[in-house]
Amino acid sequence: MLKIENLNFSYGDLKVLWDVNLEVNEGEIVTVVGANGAGKSTILKNVSRLEKPGAGGITFNGVDLVKLEAHEVVELGVVQVPEGRKIFPQMTVIENLRMGSYTPKAKKNRSANLDRVFALLPRLKEREKQFGGTMSGGEQQMLAIARGLMADPKLLLLDEPSLGLSPLLVKSVFSIISEISRQGVTIMLVEQNVSQSLKIATRGYVLETGRIVLKDKGEALLNNEHIKKAYLGI
Amino acid sequence: MAVFFQSLISGILIGGVYALIGIGLTIIFGVMRVINFAHGDLLMVGMYLTYFLFRLLHIDPFVSIIVTIPLMFLYGAFLQKFFINRVLDALPQNQILLTIGLGLVMSNTVMLAFTSDYRILTTAYSSSSLRLLGLSISVPLLISFTITLVITAVLYWFLYRTDTGQAIRATAQDRSAAQLMGINVKRMSIIAFGLGAALAGTAGALISPTYYIYPQVGSVFTLKAFVITVLGGMGSIVGATLGGVLIGVVESVGGVYVGSGWKDVVVFIVFLLVLLFKPSGLLGTSKD
Repeated sequence: MLKIENLNFSYGDLKVLWDVNLEVNEGEIVTVVGANGAGKSTILKNVSRLEKPGAGGITFNGVDLVKLEAHEVVELGVVQVPEGRKIFPQMTVIENLRMGSYTPKAKKNRSANLDRVFALLPRLKEREKQFGGTMSGGEQQMLAIARGLMADPKLLLLDEPSLGLSPLLVKSVFSIISEISRQGVTIMLVEQNVSQSLKIATRGYVLETGRIVLKDKGEALLNNEHIKKAYLGI
Repeated sequence: MAVFFQSLISGILIGGVYALIGIGLTIIFGVMRVINFAHGDLLMVGMYLTYFLFRLLHIDPFVSIIVTIPLMFLYGAFLQKFFINRVLDALPQNQILLTIGLGLVMSNTVMLAFTSDYRILTTAYSSSSLRLLGLSISVPLLISFTITLVITAVLYWFLYRTDTGQAIRATAQDRSAAQLMGINVKRMSIIAFGLGAALAGTAGALISPTYYIYPQVGSVFTLKAFVITVLGGMGSIVGATLGGVLIGVVESVGGVYVGSGWKDVVVFIVFLLVLLFKPSGLLGTSKD
């Protein structure tokens, strides 16, 4: 579905990605784990075309994403829930959700998707009229995920959805991600929370200082000695 | 007391036009983080358009906004597409140079074409007034205020109730998040600058029966537009609306009680006081 080939990327003189090869197949939850600053978010920004294209290829179902603009990528069904939620602070919950279904294709299914999102996250329904900026971090994260779902994603890119949340909320974020996957959305998850992400992932990639050093099934990575030592502290 | 109410009502009436100028500047700033130093010059272009529509085709200045609004929108969209879009990622000082340059080109082109003579657009009702509850209300100001109310209401409806309007607000609140919603932010920028230009041009049209029309008139209004938007809070549409009316009232009341030569001083004192106690402006939020 998504294919990243030999992606190299630099911010000015600082090179952050080196020959990244990565693949996401339909129906999978693929996770990219690694420490802060490893370049995980940069990969997603490249897919979503938020950065000027680096060297290398990114295709989605055969379509070359490198040639597209950010909004055209969304129209293809590749939707990112960005790091730090980035919800619209002076808009209400419902307005945020409506913005999620801005593309013509998503607009047609707006009310059906609203129902679906409210069924998944009933708390948002209660807060419909509240301004995004006044919500807690956990609620904002739920709203950000819900807003992403409103776009009718084929592939949902999640950037650090558990960042800054309490352990209890982290657990519910991951169970929501599993639920979304069960509903048929393919997921690419970028996380620092290595153990939780590998537990729900079909496959995982480990990124260290801009290079993919390991890739395997989620479970296999959980039992990998290097992962245990470097990331899980066991 | 009658004097006070008299100046208050005049202030509110002219404040409506100021609000239009401020809203335009604040939309442009909100969506692009570009400060439009050519804003007053856009207003001047609107004035000249109105003047010649009146002179050559005998179209009433208040009727001619039907022509002025779409023309100014297209002009603004053109400026955005071919000039401002190129500097969106540039340093702020380069953006400022560009908008100042555009303003200079506009005012000097007009001067070259029509000389720097002061012109007056005189209609049958230019100096007529209505008496209401012992107050005298200028007819052209009353008409322009009514039009302002309608335009502001339509604008709010557009920005808060339509998908495109919401997308403009979303772009202003978080540009990269807006892109992730599938919003074409370049297109939103074009619409935003078109709207800003249309509002400035409309303001120009509305004041043309009561102001002198000359090529450099823009600079006065560029400064005023800044005071209004900063006072209301940069990027806040409601703030700019309030700021415009407030400046109109302060100017008018100050002119009566302190002296008309001092009215700008009063405006700037109020401006500084607001910023002293609320640096982000009346309705501004302190974000990046």
